[in-house]
Amino acid sequence: MRSYALFLGCTIPARQPNYELSARKSLAKLGIELVDLPNMTCCAPPPIQSINLEASLSIAAYNICVAEEADLNVVTLCTGCFESLAMANAMLKDNEKLKARVNRILSNAGKEFKGSKEVKHYLQVLMDDVGVERIKQNIFKPLSNLKIASFSGCHLLRPSELLKFDDPERPRIFDDLIEALGAKSINYRNKLKCCGGLLRGYADDIALNIAREKIVNTTKAGADCIATLCPFCFIALDMGQLMIRSKLHEEYNMPVLHYSELLSLALGIDQKELALVFHKIKVDKVLNKIS
Amino acid sequence: MECGKETKAASLTFSNIVTSRLGGETITSCYQCGTCASSCPVAKLTDKFNPREVIKLSLFGEKEEVLSGDSIWLCCSCYNCQERCPQKVEIADIIYALRNIAFEEGYIPNIYSEFASAILNSGRIVPVSKFIEKKRPDLGLPPLQSAGVDAIRKILCATGFDKLQQRKEEGS
Repeated sequence: MRSYALFLGCTIPARQPNYELSARKSLAKLGIELVDLPNMTCCAPPPIQSINLEASLSIAAYNICVAEEADLNVVTLCTGCFESLAMANAMLKDNEKLKARVNRILSNAGKEFKGSKEVKHYLQVLMDDVGVERIKQNIFKPLSNLKIASFSGCHLLRPSELLKFDDPERPRIFDDLIEALGAKSINYRNKLKCCGGLLRGYADDIALNIAREKIVNTTKAGADCIATLCPFCFIALDMGQLMIRSKLHEEYNMPVLHYSELLSLALGIDQKELALVFHKIKVDKVLNKIS
Repeated sequence: MECGKETKAASLTFSNIVTSRLGGETITSCYQCGTCASSCPVAKLTDKFNPREVIKLSLFGEKEEVLSGDSIWLCCSCYNCQERCPQKVEIADIIYALRNIAFEEGYIPNIYSEFASAILNSGRIVPVSKFIEKKRPDLGLPPLQSAGVDAIRKILCATGFDKLQQRKEEGS
């Protein structure tokens, strides 16, 4: 069994128990152990990077230090957390001067970044440690009736020079993992375009229009649901549809599911264990298509 | 020609400031091709934001216009521009550097101030409510580990982050 330090972040425990439950249950079923370490914090995502990049880099490095001390690699569920931590890890491993600068700051909290560990998104763990073939072998209820519009979110792929996850213009990993569940991963217009989520709270109207475009394009392509990997994309597209309904008077009812939820359902985990009630757009249409 | 000299001096000063900042290092490599603007999901919807324009104004030394305006806060941090820039200008990171400078100069949007308070107070930008924390066992989730609030405060103090926030609170 492979073990990872789980970096849970802020938004998932605060808002999306459905994401956390499905990730924990599906990864456990596939032989991945998640270790909950005390004293981790926020990852220092774009809003904090906007205030002070040096502080953000130091906070990300601090969290990696917590995992280094436990001798574990880090796995994140949130794509935003992945970007913050993986970017800091790559930058500091590659730049001695920057590492020394950050370590001077970290000494105030009794930490030293060594650069001895990896930061992975759980999709990488599925790809590298479990593998498509083993996932296929474990499928109990294939999602063969579903056409899924994958949406990886920006911060899984970009900046690719630091994240090194997949081809930033023609990614395959996420779609391959969707097809491993027996579903069809469909193409749609502007698939790699942002969800607008980070503009919520500052420019709500622009954020909503960007999210709307994704809902419109996936609807036109005939998707049964959108698959997400990031809690911010999930909010922008799931709760976003309630805002689209109230502000723009358009109704789509496009279910949005995290990949881990689709994986859990395909692995035969009971839907009653997945707290699907936390979805604003009902997912019954999707459940009905899974026999 | 006096006027021209002044503009040049101002531009050098501000682009030097940006270049010296974390994230801002690559700004002078921009040759204004506009690949960034045509890759930007926000620029497609509004003329209030155009990444090429932000870089141009910064290079021309229009510090006040860049820092006091709406524009730098309208980047959605998708990194599309940075990914496609033929000159390897780190546009999204430059916008972070500009926001960092804006913050220091007191141009602080309210929502960012709220994020700063949250991380200083709870170690998280989205605090977990007592209600949802109590529900975790019923949902089948393990107890939530405590956040390293003391450590994060020490780090934020060492970088002056806490002072940026205090200044905002005093000013408001």
